[in-house]
Amino acid sequence: MPEQQYEPGTHPDLPPPFAASGPVKWVRENLFSSPTNIALTVLAMFFLYKIIPGMFAWTFTDATFVAADRNECRALNSGACWAFIAQRWELFTYGFYPETERWRVIITFVLFVATVILLLWEKCPGRQYRFIVGALFPMVALWLIVGGSSTEAALMAYAAALVVAYFVYQRFGHNLSARFWFSLLAFVLVAIGVYTLWTAMGWSMLEHVSTDKFGGFMLTLIIGVTGITLSLPLGILLALGRQSNLPIIKYACIGFIEFIRGVPLITLLFVASTMLSYFLPPGTNFDLLLRVLIMVTLFASAYMAEVIRGGLQAVPKGQTEAADAMGLKYGPAMRLIVLPQALKISIPGIVNTFIGLYKDSVLVIVIGLLDPLGIGQASLADTKWQGLSTEVYLFVAIFFFVSCYAMASYSRHLEDKLHTGHKR
Amino acid sequence: MSTEKIQQELGDVAIKIRQMHKWYGAFHVLKDINLDVHSGERIVVCGPSGSGKSTMIRCINRLEEHQKGDIIVDGVELTNDLKNIEAVRREVGMVFQHFNLFPHLTVLENCTLAPIWVRKVPKAEAEATAMQYLERVKIPEQALKYPGQLSGGQQQRVAIARSLCMSPKIMLFDEPTSALDPEMIKEVLDTMIELAQEGMTMICVTHEMGFAKTVANRVIFMDEGQIIEQNEPEEFFNNPQNERTQLFLSQILNH
Ligand SMILES: Nc1ncnc2c1ncn2[C@@H]1O[C@H](COP(=O)(O)OP(=O)(O)O)[C@@H](O)[C@H]1O
Ligand SMILES: [Mg+2]
Repeated sequence: MPEQQYEPGTHPDLPPPFAASGPVKWVRENLFSSPTNIALTVLAMFFLYKIIPGMFAWTFTDATFVAADRNECRALNSGACWAFIAQRWELFTYGFYPETERWRVIITFVLFVATVILLLWEKCPGRQYRFIVGALFPMVALWLIVGGSSTEAALMAYAAALVVAYFVYQRFGHNLSARFWFSLLAFVLVAIGVYTLWTAMGWSMLEHVSTDKFGGFMLTLIIGVTGITLSLPLGILLALGRQSNLPIIKYACIGFIEFIRGVPLITLLFVASTMLSYFLPPGTNFDLLLRVLIMVTLFASAYMAEVIRGGLQAVPKGQTEAADAMGLKYGPAMRLIVLPQALKISIPGIVNTFIGLYKDSVLVIVIGLLDPLGIGQASLADTKWQGLSTEVYLFVAIFFFVSCYAMASYSRHLEDKLHTGHKR
Repeated sequence: MSTEKIQQELGDVAIKIRQMHKWYGAFHVLKDINLDVHSGERIVVCGPSGSGKSTMIRCINRLEEHQKGDIIVDGVELTNDLKNIEAVRREVGMVFQHFNLFPHLTVLENCTLAPIWVRKVPKAEAEATAMQYLERVKIPEQALKYPGQLSGGQQQRVAIARSLCMSPKIMLFDEPTSALDPEMIKEVLDTMIELAQEGMTMICVTHEMGFAKTVANRVIFMDEGQIIEQNEPEEFFNNPQNERTQLFLSQILNH
C-alpha cells in the first residue's frame, strides 16, 4: 500500500511503527543484535534452564515447612528445611524482647511504615502534617520500644516544656528578646519540674525493656533507620563545613571526616563498647545500644559528607553567582539553590551509603548485640537443628535484599521525579 | 564617608568607579578603572576577549572583589561590609552569558525566589509581579515549565524577567547573546531595547554593534584591563581615536 501523500507543512503527528517500540524492539536490540549477543543469550538461557528448576525444587516443592527437628525434616523431604526458620521466627524478629511486650514493637513498626509512607509518597492524604508526624515519631517510638519511668519522664518533660514555652512565647514579654528569654526560662523550669516529679512518683505507663534485650530484624531496623535519618543532615553539615571560609570549622570537619573514614567500623564499635567507659566518669550508665547508634551514625555521616561534597562541587558556579547577584544570603542560597541540586546529583551515592550503613549493622555482632545474623549463628548451635546454615543465611540474605532493593527502587523513582529537563 | 555625603556628591550618578584596580593572584586584570554612570544612562562595553570586561562589571555587584580604589553604587560604597554588599545586590540586577537559571525550579519559581526571600514580598504578590514581567518578555505561557525545557533565547528572556522582578535600579548584562543561536539573538536584543527605552540604567558587555548604535549613550572600549576609549556611539564607530580600537572594530565589523 503506498504511503499517503501530504501537502508540505500539513503532515500530522503519527505514533511510531510497531517494530520501533515495545517488547519486540527491546528483545531484538538487547538479546539478538549481533552474533556474539545471540551466542551469549543462548548460553545464558541454557545456564538458567540448568539451575532454576533445581533451585525452585529445593526452595519450594521439595522443602519442609512444618517439622519438630532436623531429622524429621530430612525424613519428610529432600529440600530446604524452613521449619527451622518458622520455629525461630519470633527470635529472628524480636531478639529477646519480652514476649508479653512484643505488641509494642508491632505498633511501632506499623507507625513506622505509616510515617514512611506519609513522608515519601507525594500523593498521600494528610501530607501537610508530615513535619509534625516526622518530629513526633521518634519520640513515640522511643517511648513504645524502651518505655520505663525515666524514659517517660524525659519525654513528658520535653513535651510539656515545649508546650509551655510555646505558650509563653505567644503571650508574654513586649519584645522578641524578652519573649525568647522568658520562654527559654519556662522551658528549663518546666522540664526540670516534670522530670523530677515523674521520676520521684515512679510513674510508669509502659514497662521498661532494657536495650540489651533487643535483637533480630528489630535491631537492624532501629540501627538502620536511626543511622540513616541522622547521618544525612550531619553529612550535609560536614560537607558544608568542609567548604567553609573559617579555617577552624574547615579543618575540624576535614579532621573528623578523614579520621572516621580511616578507621574500620569494627574498631569504632569496639571503642563504643569498651573504651568509652574509661573516658566517661565512673558510675555513668551509658547505654550500649545508644553508643552503637552514635558510632554508626558518625561513621555513615563521614561517608555521606564526601558524597555530598561531590554533589556540591558538581553544581555549576553560575548558580551561586546568580543567587549572590540577587542578594540572597548564604543560608537561603544554600538551602534553596545549591543543596537541592547537589543532593539530587548525589542521590545514587547517598542511597549507596544508606545501604552500606544498613548492611554494616550486622557488625554489631562483634560486641555482643544479636542482629539477625547473630541470632542465626546462635540458632545454628542448637543440636536439634544442626547443619541448616544455608536456610539461615538465605533467610537473612532475603531480608536484607528486600529492604535494600526497596531503598534502591525508591531512589530511582526519586531521580526520575526530580528530573526537570530533557533526558540526554 | 557617610552615606548622605556620598549621595550629595554624586547627584544622579548611579555608579561611580574611581582608580579601581584588581589582581588575580599576581595578574593585574583591571588597571586604574574610572567610570561614572548616570541614572538612566545606557553603556555598552566592548573589547577583545580576556580584556577584563566581565571582571569589571562583576566588581560592580561584588561577584569579584576589587583590591584598590572605590566603587560606589546607588550611594553605597562597596567594602567588606556584608550589609553594603547585600544592599547593592538588591538594587543591581545581572544577566549572565549562560543564563544561570535555577534548573530545579520552574520559570515562575525562578522569578519569585528573590522577591520572596530577599524583599519579603508575599508569595501571591510576587507571582503576580512575575507574571507581568514574563508577559513583558513575551513568555507567560512558559511559566510552569522548567528552564531545561525552553530554548536558549527563551531562557535568556526568563533570566531578564527574573532580574526585573527585583525592581532593580541598575541592570548589568554580561554578553547576554553570545551563547545563543543566531536566530534567537534578536528576541533577546528586542527585550533589552525595550528595557532601555523605558529608562533603565544599563551596563551591557556585548559585541552586538547594532544594539550599541540603537540604544547606547556611550560605548566603552577595553583592552588589557584598561578603558582605552569611550565615546558616543556615532563618534565611536565612525571615528575611533585609538589604534587598538580601530583594529578591534575592523575585526568585528568585517566578519
Ligand atoms: N577567577 C579567575 N582567576 C584568574 N584569572 C582570571 C579569573 N577570571 C578571569 N581571569 C582572567 O582575567 C582576564 C579577564 O577576564 P574577563 O574579565 O573574563 O575578560 P572578558 O570578559 O573581557 O573576556 C582574563 O585573562 C582571564 O583569563
Ligand atoms: Mg567575559
